[in-house]
Amino acid sequence: MLCERCQQRPANVHLTEITNGQKNESNLCEVCAREMHLQGLSFNFLPQMSLQNFLAGLLKHDPGIGQAAHADVAGKSCEKCGLMERQFVKQGLLGCGHCYKSFEERLEPLLRRIHGSSKHSGKVPERAGGPLRQAREIESLKNQLREAIKLEEFERAVEIRDRIRELEKDMKQGGKQPDAGQGNI
Amino acid sequence: MPVKEIFNNPNSRWMDDDGPETGVIISSRVRVARNLKDLPFPHLLDQEKSENVVSTVTPAFQNEETFREDRFEFFRISELSPVERQILVDKHLISPDLLNKLEGKAVVLREDGVVSVMLNEEDHLRIQCLLPGLKLERAWEIVEKVDNGLEKTLDYAYSEKFGYLTACPTNTGTGMRASVMVHLCGLVLTRQLNNMLNAVHKLGLTVRGLYGEGTEALGDLFQISNQITLGQSEGEIIANLNSIARQILAQERSARTVLFKEKKEMIMDRAWRAFGILKNARVMTSEEVMRLISDLRLGVDLGILPAMPLKLLNELMVMTRPAFLTQLAARDMEPHQRDIFRAELVRNGLSGLDGLAG
Repeated sequence: MLCERCQQRPANVHLTEITNGQKNESNLCEVCAREMHLQGLSFNFLPQMSLQNFLAGLLKHDPGIGQAAHADVAGKSCEKCGLMERQFVKQGLLGCGHCYKSFEERLEPLLRRIHGSSKHSGKVPERAGGPLRQAREIESLKNQLREAIKLEEFERAVEIRDRIRELEKDMKQGGKQPDAGQGNI
Repeated sequence: MPVKEIFNNPNSRWMDDDGPETGVIISSRVRVARNLKDLPFPHLLDQEKSENVVSTVTPAFQNEETFREDRFEFFRISELSPVERQILVDKHLISPDLLNKLEGKAVVLREDGVVSVMLNEEDHLRIQCLLPGLKLERAWEIVEKVDNGLEKTLDYAYSEKFGYLTACPTNTGTGMRASVMVHLCGLVLTRQLNNMLNAVHKLGLTVRGLYGEGTEALGDLFQISNQITLGQSEGEIIANLNSIARQILAQERSARTVLFKEKKEMIMDRAWRAFGILKNARVMTSEEVMRLISDLRLGVDLGILPAMPLKLLNELMVMTRPAFLTQLAARDMEPHQRDIFRAELVRNGLSGLDGLAG
């Protein structure tokens, strides 16, 4: 049997479609079948559920996330990249890093819904996170200090205290790049 | 091998069988998403601006000594042939999404395919490391080295509160997706897969088919990855996935043992039948090859079939996909011709192995 569409290649895709009780059969070759599929003929049984669509749905319908801002959805936009909040709700994609500031109120509950948290606790980049890196190190040293005092390891405690003072001095002077020897936290 | 060999040699480092637990866990992957500060995310960039991303990022590769010791090469996706593009997808070196729109899209590849950096996918940079077997910590180490090297000259979009800022809020924070590719034929055959999937979902992980979102699980191969990127550190994400991967590994192993004990004839027949067909068939579709290779893997793992390198099976999976077949044949083929050529390739691949071990 030849393909009904091109009348050239053998028909090896046999498609039966039932729409509103109407049965429709077609016999196609693989090439035509693929082309028709691309034109949107229902070949795929399940619509592709993309993460972005899902997210967009969440933003639209979730009362905790969507409604509060729903009334003024059209209004807000990011001053840096110009992305409208409405675009974000539709596509589920932000426009630039600054969008996280522009839409912070709306993003926080969403992030909590997705990740169960809205606070980063992972890697701090060496350069972009310079001061933050130091702040985190001080924080962790302070914990170690408390621990050392609790265990009555006073010599270690003194060392840690000195290290904290040093770091705090550095931070006050400001802008000093952390040297490579400082460990990751 | 020169980087260009990536398109002619079916092998990539992840297909080797020297990694831990390769009988079940084929490969481990870690990728992080990074964006440049002060530039809109790729979906808002026109051609000119997306070129800006490319011209900002490429010097960062040249400056850094990390990159000088390894061989990296830069490819513009628009300058690759459609077949070459698809080969990179089939080898898991780029995502199918990178091919949606070609403008400004590029990839930087290390010659062995262990490291690839996609430019202008959903985010400006996606840094990936892919290794054979269960090796998530090592993969993260390698990614981190590349990431730190690039950050020396690139300004990343980062906030203290939300971490690395990404186009999609599902990646924000660490920007990290860690995954393992697993062969779960035992759980499929003993019908325990759904139980396992439910458990894995409850632990905050996702399970997908071989080629990512929305693809089916060909050849009983699944990808298991973390979902959460915010509020957990990279180390926690890796440790969590690692321990769950070990659990799944143990379950799959016990399913295989039970099958071998209680359905020995059935399993032996399946393995030998697959071996027989692969060694002798004259016309084969890609799906059939994937299905039979799954049976073959199980047969080899249980010692039913003569030992054969898993590397060969991994390579056959990629070689027999339409893109690589076209590349090898050096001409376009009708699907039917491809099925004939594919069968020939598989026969040749397995020709050195004989079936006298049973």
